Amino acid sequence: MGYVQETVVLQGHIIDSLILAKVLDTILMMGGTFDLADVKIGATREEPSRARIVVKARTAALLADILEAIQPHGASVERESDCTVEPAPADGILPEQFYATSHLPTQIRLKGRWMDVRAIEMDVAIRLSADGSVAEAVPMGEVKRGDLIVTGRDGIRVLPLERPKERDVFSFMEAQVSAERPHGHIIADVARRLQAIREQRERGRDNVKVLLAGGPAIIHAGGRDALAWLIESGFIHVLFCGNALAAHDMEAHLYGTSLGFALTAGRAVPHGHEHHLRTINRIRAIGSIEKAVTSGVITTGIMAACVRRGVTVVMAGTIRDDGPLPGVITDSVAAQAAMRAALPGVSLALLVASTLHAVATGNLLPGTVPTVCVDVNPSVPTKLADRGSFQAVGLVMDAASFLRDVARELGWKA
Amino acid sequence: MTRLLVCPPEYFRIDYEINPWMRVTNAVNPDRAVAQWRELMRVLEQEAGAKLERMQPVAGLPDMVFTANAGVVSARIAVPSRFRHPERRREEQHFEAWFRDQGYEVVVLERGLYFEGAGDLLGFPDVWFGGYRQRSEVRSYIRLGEIFTREIIPVELVDPRYYHLDTCFCPLSGGHLLYYPSAFDRYAQTVIEDRIPKERRLVVPEADAARFACNAVCVGTHVVLPAGCADTEKLLASRGYQPHPVPLDEFMKSGGSAKCLTLALD
Repeated sequence: MGYVQETVVLQGHIIDSLILAKVLDTILMMGGTFDLADVKIGATREEPSRARIVVKARTAALLADILEAIQPHGASVERESDCTVEPAPADGILPEQFYATSHLPTQIRLKGRWMDVRAIEMDVAIRLSADGSVAEAVPMGEVKRGDLIVTGRDGIRVLPLERPKERDVFSFMEAQVSAERPHGHIIADVARRLQAIREQRERGRDNVKVLLAGGPAIIHAGGRDALAWLIESGFIHVLFCGNALAAHDMEAHLYGTSLGFALTAGRAVPHGHEHHLRTINRIRAIGSIEKAVTSGVITTGIMAACVRRGVTVVMAGTIRDDGPLPGVITDSVAAQAAMRAALPGVSLALLVASTLHAVATGNLLPGTVPTVCVDVNPSVPTKLADRGSFQAVGLVMDAASFLRDVARELGWKA
Repeated sequence: MTRLLVCPPEYFRIDYEINPWMRVTNAVNPDRAVAQWRELMRVLEQEAGAKLERMQPVAGLPDMVFTANAGVVSARIAVPSRFRHPERRREEQHFEAWFRDQGYEVVVLERGLYFEGAGDLLGFPDVWFGGYRQRSEVRSYIRLGEIFTREIIPVELVDPRYYHLDTCFCPLSGGHLLYYPSAFDRYAQTVIEDRIPKERRLVVPEADAARFACNAVCVGTHVVLPAGCADTEKLLASRGYQPHPVPLDEFMKSGGSAKCLTLALD
């Protein structure tokens, strides 16, 4: 987490006496930082004011020093209580007062000690293991009867995101969606991150991953080669997509078309609309995408690169899918679980040209994961931010241009 | 009429050291102490026109003579002190009993919350100031503000020689403030400057401050202060006050002077 914190309360005539100013100055001068959790200013001169201050420091020792220094000025550590838990009444049902999570780092207090909640994601509950040693985020549907679920609000704290140490686009942590802003620096920053993660993996840290969630517009718009190159070059390690991206990618290999349009000529070819159906049928006959690649039926494109590089692929189905391809998970709860299982280690997420997969992935990602959402439609990054993934940097641009630009930054020649 | 609580110095001596002025080896001359105290009483009664309430001294409690630390009294409410040093805690019950006998509504602070009475809490009609860090605790002023429904501005005392607010800060009847700024941290200095207009602030020079010029008793336009503070006397006279210097060096051996020897009642 990088820092420790404690909440203190300061009350009395703290504004006019400059006591609040003095306490805040002291915290900063000693090398700590603070958030003013809330300040209630007395309405009259006689009425006291009250401030809650979250004091943060890099080490527990520094925090203790700061608390000791501000205590004589009246700052007292807020009395904290343990969290409360209740057993789940039935499978898939949470206790009525369950605590609903955010995607920010969260801690619960148990027997006077704070512990991190594992695998945090937004809009789920917190489950405590029977022996009280592990707290983890748990979706409603996965709860079993009798599971201990954290309830109420006491003994729970949500830690604000720290600004990343890297001084790049992600350090602003704000969604910028305008199509009229220059994109170059964002693309350069994304490329730098991809490069850095690949280097970490080369040094043996193969638990660090880049996730790409994408829609079929990547193929239609001409981003297939760039993405395949990025995967082939070891920059992408997890792929979330639907039936369509995979189908059109392999259609492009077998027929040179995407949804029937010749990718090079850019016009409809006779009976082209059948191509993706024939592709799906062919792969279904072979039995799996992996076999289609290893047997040499599919040798180019995104799926081929994924198979060759051992990329974790989760394909989630939708109600309008043709086929679907073997491997597409048609039970959406099961698909969500498979996506969730692929997330540990993801330290950069690229959500490209898919409203559905972008929002679904955004919902599952902890707020600490730097995220870029690329779409020609400004409503997609907006939607993502509105649903709580405020850490996502929005980029309004064509998927293929984005992938090509990133790939070029990393040495792709095409 | 100003009523002041005082306590004769029959048992006044230096038995312990709880401030930088006290030296057990620097013994009090009892006869001189009694003579100085009597002279102070005479000046307060006859020259300044105060009414004195004398309480019974207690053997073995040498600092009970400093009644400023009995507690604080306002609007018929008395809050007895909670001393920081165990040496003075035995005085608490006697002061509390006196307040009760006199019919004050006595409100006691929680145990362990240090507050040393009118030694640290002084005020103007519209705002009170509370010294903290040396003896009283800043938290005590939250409770006292509630008890007296007053705005109390805590000010930090940073020089151990000026361990109580009344050793460096003396509100006067005309809205003036006699004080020694260096005894306060810079935040407190700023606050005092914000609250008291420049023309009302009388800054005591360092040499006089060290003779406890600020430990003065103001009764109307009369200001009774320790002898030897000529500059301060001039300063007071220039603003229309009548200074009354009284030799009190026997009490300075214990770190107290005119104001420490009195408690304003109502």
